[in-house]
Amino acid sequence: MQAFLRADGQKGIRNITLVVYLVECAHHVARQVALPLDDRNVHLVGFSGCFPNAYAARVMQRVCTHPNVGACLLVSLGCESFDRQRLAAAVRASGRPVHALVIQESGGTADSIAAGRSWIEDILPRIEAVPKTQMQLDELVVGTICGGSDATSGLTANPAVGRAFDLLIQRGATGIFEETGELIGCEQLLAERAANQPLGREILASIKKAARYYDAYGHGSFAPGNADGGLTTIEEKSLGAYSKSGKSTIRGLIKPGDVPPRGGLYLLDVVPDGPYRFGFPNIADNAEIAELISCGCHLIVFTTGRGSVVGSAISPVIKVCANPDTYHKLSGDMDIDAGRILEGRGTLDEVGREIFQRIVDTAGGTPTCSERLGHQEFILTYKSFEAKGGRMKGEGGRGKAEG
Amino acid sequence: MAVTTIEAGRSITVEGKTIAVADQIPTGHKLALVSIAGGGKVVKYGAPIGSATCDIHPGQYVHTHNLKSDYLPTYTLDGTNPFLADD
Repeated sequence: MQAFLRADGQKGIRNITLVVYLVECAHHVARQVALPLDDRNVHLVGFSGCFPNAYAARVMQRVCTHPNVGACLLVSLGCESFDRQRLAAAVRASGRPVHALVIQESGGTADSIAAGRSWIEDILPRIEAVPKTQMQLDELVVGTICGGSDATSGLTANPAVGRAFDLLIQRGATGIFEETGELIGCEQLLAERAANQPLGREILASIKKAARYYDAYGHGSFAPGNADGGLTTIEEKSLGAYSKSGKSTIRGLIKPGDVPPRGGLYLLDVVPDGPYRFGFPNIADNAEIAELISCGCHLIVFTTGRGSVVGSAISPVIKVCANPDTYHKLSGDMDIDAGRILEGRGTLDEVGREIFQRIVDTAGGTPTCSERLGHQEFILTYKSFEAKGGRMKGEGGRGKAEG
Repeated sequence: MAVTTIEAGRSITVEGKTIAVADQIPTGHKLALVSIAGGGKVVKYGAPIGSATCDIHPGQYVHTHNLKSDYLPTYTLDGTNPFLADD
């Protein structure tokens, strides 16, 4: 497949220019800059908080230097805590064009919108002319997530994605699965699949941490719709979610912003370290998708039973519908009909191969339903993770990630 | 797990065993295939998914009214969710 070659050697499957607001106060200006340029692959992302957060800074830096991203316009109010100069320096160091627009120094709303659009319009021809290169499957990083799960998720879409993941990993690609809070109850199964015993112990500890964290809040990662769809407990939901990971050996446990070494299956620990603070670990599915993207995912495979319609900024989202009734209601939003397995019109292996082929086609440039519909969701909130070091204990780890 | 809604009063055969369905089971929801004593583990996919909060008989509907998590409580929009209380 053809990819976009970045100055730092990374290969992207999309060619996105980002407009990035660095506090909610800059959101409107950033949105107005991006809106008219929607049809030229200009996406809007941002962080709403005014208070500083190392995790958010780290994830944002990874997002802004993602392989699918060609250039960034940073939009700052001017007085927020986000260190725009540090972020701009990191983007510049990656060889990507970057500009920091400060509203308080640019004449306010109207002049800032005009200045932002002018910068983007100047830069777009350069981004659109970025060189193409060949990309192999073993260079692809694919993330998976489930959202709006019901009892069909664990029977059809999730195990079918697991089969697609097995096919990807057999061919040298990198797969990332996540939400340790939705693997509660599956910790022994996961630990047995770890590449080595220390990693197995680390995975056990990460699920224990998730259970403790959610317990402190008193609410699991479980929505009313999950129960409407026949799921009763978090461990029942977890057993279904778990099957997305397939049967491959787990090579490592990573945290948001860690880019895994090339090839193999990785578990992303999304639950904060240390004492309980900042509320729910992930306020909605797109917070997890943003974290998967911060780990280098070129595209995301999203399974749903109740029927989620979301996509994402930066990386295409392939939606796999588990429930046949939902598919009939929302077929315009669904890329893959896995619910047909329940109707006797397909097997897990067949749907798994279809998902694999859709991943290859999407990486090759075919737009997904959510891309065609213009979805560009993005959520980044507050979290705290332990200081760097000892992050990559899995086999073949590249060592400490930078941040 | 029911792959389509099963009406109460019907008889179904699962793995050679005939079960009288006691309650309506909506699509995706589940019924007991064996007797489960209150406090006993409820097993699905060959793994425990929580504990029975009362005795459950074969053919009965299994959901939040008679099954609870061994990890974290399940909250729905049934009016008892403390996260939605406004006082």
